[in-house]
Amino acid sequence: MLLRFFLMGLDRKAGIVLTILAILAVAVPVMTLWVPADSPFHLSVFTVSLLGKYLCFALLALALDLVWGYCGILSLGHAAFFALGGYAMGMYLMRQIGPRGVYGNPVLPDFMVFLNWKELPWYWLGFDQFWFAAIMVLVVPGALAFAFGWFAFRSRVTGVYLSIITQALTFALLLAFFRNDMGFGGNNGLTDFKDILGYDIQADTTRVALFVATVAALALSYMIASGVIASKLGKVLVALRDAESRVRFMGYDTESYKLFAWTLSACMAGVAGALYVPQVGIINPSEFAPASSIEAVIWVAVGGRGTLAGGILGAVLVNMGKSYFTGALPELWLFALGGLFVAVTLFLPKGLLGLWGQLTAKLPRRNKPSALPNAHPADQKGA
Amino acid sequence: MRRALRWLMALCVVVATSTAAHAADLRPLVQALGSGGYSGTEKALEQLSETGDTAAVPVIEALQAGDLHVRKSDNAVVIARKSGDAFALSDPLSGQALGQATAADVTRIRINNSLRRAISASLGALTLMSPDAGVRRSAADAVFKSRDANALPTLQKAIDKEQDKAVRAAMEQARAAILLTGEAASKMTDADIQSAVDTLAARGDRDALVLLNMVAGSGASDVTKKSAAAAISTVEQKLAFWAALQNLWYGLSLGSVLLLAAIGLAVTFGVMGVINMAHGEMVMIGAYTTFLVQEFFRAHAPGLFDLSILVALPAAFIVSGGVGIIIERSVIRWLYGRPLETLLATWGLSLALQQAVRSIFGPTNREVGAPSWMSGAFELGGLTITYGRLWIVIFAFAVFAALLVALKRTWFGLSIRAVTQNRPMANAMGIRTARVDALTFGLGSGIAGLAGVALSQIDNVSPNLGQGYIIDSFMVVVFGGVGNLWGTLVGALTLGSINKFLEPYAGAVLGKILVLIFIILFIQRRPRGLFALKGRAVEA
Repeated sequence: MLLRFFLMGLDRKAGIVLTILAILAVAVPVMTLWVPADSPFHLSVFTVSLLGKYLCFALLALALDLVWGYCGILSLGHAAFFALGGYAMGMYLMRQIGPRGVYGNPVLPDFMVFLNWKELPWYWLGFDQFWFAAIMVLVVPGALAFAFGWFAFRSRVTGVYLSIITQALTFALLLAFFRNDMGFGGNNGLTDFKDILGYDIQADTTRVALFVATVAALALSYMIASGVIASKLGKVLVALRDAESRVRFMGYDTESYKLFAWTLSACMAGVAGALYVPQVGIINPSEFAPASSIEAVIWVAVGGRGTLAGGILGAVLVNMGKSYFTGALPELWLFALGGLFVAVTLFLPKGLLGLWGQLTAKLPRRNKPSALPNAHPADQKGA
Repeated sequence: MRRALRWLMALCVVVATSTAAHAADLRPLVQALGSGGYSGTEKALEQLSETGDTAAVPVIEALQAGDLHVRKSDNAVVIARKSGDAFALSDPLSGQALGQATAADVTRIRINNSLRRAISASLGALTLMSPDAGVRRSAADAVFKSRDANALPTLQKAIDKEQDKAVRAAMEQARAAILLTGEAASKMTDADIQSAVDTLAARGDRDALVLLNMVAGSGASDVTKKSAAAAISTVEQKLAFWAALQNLWYGLSLGSVLLLAAIGLAVTFGVMGVINMAHGEMVMIGAYTTFLVQEFFRAHAPGLFDLSILVALPAAFIVSGGVGIIIERSVIRWLYGRPLETLLATWGLSLALQQAVRSIFGPTNREVGAPSWMSGAFELGGLTITYGRLWIVIFAFAVFAALLVALKRTWFGLSIRAVTQNRPMANAMGIRTARVDALTFGLGSGIAGLAGVALSQIDNVSPNLGQGYIIDSFMVVVFGGVGNLWGTLVGALTLGSINKFLEPYAGAVLGKILVLIFIILFIQRRPRGLFALKGRAVEA
């Protein structure tokens, strides 16, 4: 049953994505750990962490594409779910530091000792267990998304209004996490991690393992997402994206469908955040900034909205560009990013994968109707 | 700070009015300050203050500041202020410059703690006699704060002489404060106590409350305690009333800032349906235009600096509006009917504009000055209102009214509304819709530029200026209801007031979070805002 669900979503595109991910999962550990350092095929651990970071962003983009590309919900607050997942993981990693902190307190993280707190707040309890933190990575973003979506979708808040209140949500969380009294390290966030599951977080093998875990999470999420899209539920989602009122008049409970996809997407974003934090070594409130959510939207737009694979492609490409520009030409990065926003919306409404689709569609053999969305006029108006 | 200023003013008055005769009387006493060690200085100081001559004030102030020195060559007492490596000398009474000296040429007249106390007491007492009412007033306030029993005789003399009602009231309050808290309190009759308590209650501010609480808590008689307790409750009520009013003013002030920031958005988003994430950058461009105009005035016409803001207003409107029109013609016109794409494209533009300004003007804050008619403050009952804020409130409402008139009463406004309501029909009636689009967007952006001029007065002019307002502006427009200017007005003032009333209880940040949560919940109840459009427009 479950196997059928996963196999259902496997088309040619999915095959390509999963193959690439599988190659990465095998090649990167080999090239890092077993290829000698002077070989041209050697990958440094730094590069592995960087790639891991890109793939975490790709997972976030995948989550965003699920709601934006297939339900027409443009979330300007997805980074909030990403950051919540990250904080859940960060709390676990903080508890793992134990007495090795600057103040040497076996229970309290350094910043709490610094604030003169005497005992752990109730919401930090249980985070010394990995299984608990792992559940929280899914539950916290999921619960927030469920509550938010339950209210918003039932009140039929749609389109631009929904986008703006998702932005308000992440902005409110940004302000909240900046407060020291919240007990999440305030401005500095959580950092200075030592180990994860007993392994040194700085060690090469741990880094590679984290990378492989990220690849696996991305592959699994991709299979879940494409399974959902290919199922009957996915058809309803696409239908309500294109003409919500019609779907509702046909008797479908559109709110529940949207709520399901929305919550699933938030959980995926949470996982992405949780994998991101140990690889970059810090989580702080700036992850909640509305700008990071909007940046995630552009990844999806660059790759191609409503294609799943496009989000992954866009996230990796844009972030590679970001790494290059901020290193080599820092002055120009914002111009490049800003130009990308404008150029993609004006000239590439279907993203890079859409462009590829257009090019291949011109070949006589591939003259079948495009599977890409955005075909319906109602989408352009309502979404 | 204000006291220092007043004294500085007094100093000018003193320099102008003090006659040679006065100076002749005082000179031996001033001279005596420089001899006989601490006790000699203290004795001379006492005699100086006994003269009641305000010409002695600058001398004593110099002594307090440690600027009074003895010149070794002739043992004359002089004021020596450090300028560079040397000291600039001047006569303590006439202020006349006496040339330069090195540190070795002069000896500082040193003061100890007991002298310091004597100095402040004598300064307080002396300034009570000043010919300037403002100085007497602040001296009375100083005595009120210090409650120095030694000042009582001088204070009594000053009260008898005082003509100015307000100053006399201040002096009587000071006397009441000394009487109630000093040793004299135990010897006073009930009637005297009652009148002193009444005097304090009439003052009705936080200082009076502190004093009354001291009286009520001290070992005074029951009658005193009772009357003090009654006075405390009156004062507290009065304070609560003024605090509420002050909050309302702050709310109005914040609301008008929000209104200014949001009103341009109400045009581009509300009327045109374009989500302009670069709106904040239009505000920033307006602020930088103000900076450039002010630089021009500083360089070419410093005397007319007070007018720079008035020139900056049309300049900012034109610059921001022009940038808006360019953006509309080059990017936005391809994206009509696709609000979410517009959002992304304008966000990209906002990033590029920020970086452009950062590259040209640098990442640091730029200095924008306030014209003299916008600085300072005045008191209205228990309220302190700064002129800058007052002008911004007035300006916000003026812009709102002007926009309302432009949309409802002009040909241009009619075209805008026609195009908004039914584009093909407007086109068929001969309205050039494309041009109206461009001009409408330019209008919205130009108003954002005007907001930038106002905000440059209260906020840091930096490339990130706009970022701080964009989310608030969207909240205001969405809360008020898209497509309705009145909604924007009500939304801005409501959110501003809620924010300011929450602040005392929740703190600034938590207050803001609560407002955001309130908006999120409010949108659930009324998904189209406070003043939703009804009928066909809803589906458009």
